[in-house]
Amino acid sequence: MAHALPPFQAFLDEHLEPVGAFLRGMVGPNDAEDCLQETFLAALRAYPRAEPRNLRAWILTIARRKAIDHHRSRAGRAKPVAEPQELIDRQAGRVRSDSAAGALGMSTRHSEIWAAVAELPPSQRAAVVLRFAVDLRYRDVGEALGTSEEAARQSVHEALKKLRASAQQLKEMAR
Amino acid sequence: MSEFVDRLAARANEEGLVDIAYAAVDTPLGTGLVAATPKGLVRLALPNERIEEVLARLAEEVSPRVLEFPARLDEARRELDEYFEGRRDRFELPLDWRLSHPGFYRRVLRATARVPFGEVITYGEAAQRAGNPRAFRAAGTALGSNPIPIVVPCHRVIRAGGEIGNYGGGPEMKRFLLRLEGAV
Repeated sequence: MAHALPPFQAFLDEHLEPVGAFLRGMVGPNDAEDCLQETFLAALRAYPRAEPRNLRAWILTIARRKAIDHHRSRAGRAKPVAEPQELIDRQAGRVRSDSAAGALGMSTRHSEIWAAVAELPPSQRAAVVLRFAVDLRYRDVGEALGTSEEAARQSVHEALKKLRASAQQLKEMAR
Repeated sequence: MSEFVDRLAARANEEGLVDIAYAAVDTPLGTGLVAATPKGLVRLALPNERIEEVLARLAEEVSPRVLEFPARLDEARRELDEYFEGRRDRFELPLDWRLSHPGFYRRVLRATARVPFGEVITYGEAAQRAGNPRAFRAAGTALGSNPIPIVVPCHRVIRAGGEIGNYGGGPEMKRFLLRLEGAV
């Protein structure tokens, strides 16, 4: 069979890290682990019915729903501050002209960026995190979000515009 | 991350989501694998088998909900350890026979499961015990496809001339097992 489902353990081993990075960007490092558990448990429940051709988009869709549930359940409480240090370090390790921080003209060590990312509307936040923290191409970001490549590019573009504005505000506040 | 994965597997198991639990198992000739459904031991892979292929086939033939969860294989691994140390001459594990073809093949394997430690029978005798004395070649095929070797002791079936014959785990494994049992 060309497209059989892999054993769940192999699926888990392959996707645990990128989905973890995605959730750290979406809900912050403190709550990412709980969301990650919920994500893979939900995936295991539904696994026999999964479409083997694009399991990455499938698991990222589940993770995104769990992140949204998480935000809803915490709606009345303080906003989590996303500061996935690991991701920041990763970005710092290789200079990329299109990285979120680079695009903002800020040092990659600015964790304020991630606080600002947490303030973005969920779909834009998801697009930015998938593009820069999970390091997906726009086509794959679109697939994971159930939109076109173009729509994904647009979401990231809008998000970066907002992030640039927050960065500008931060600079002014620092004066 | 491994702590995270252990916790995930334990929760999945509590929820009854682990259709196949597996674990590595040490043998004197290398590392193998044991896998169980809720019904019992369904597969034992010997060290010469490729683990990824074994797991991929389990996912296809039984269920893709395959997780490494050694806790569910503690008893199997304990009995195998004791067997390899010469402290056990029979297994008391529940078995899940679903990976053997029902009919003659499965009857050959069930008959073989009753051959005691330290004894051997021929392929012809195995065929006879399964109800078809002339089908010794088919008996060989059935034994060659044994999904649970060692526990279903297909190594105890040898050629009429006294040669030990083929073995899925390799001839050196068959010789090793027969020596361990004092049968050769």
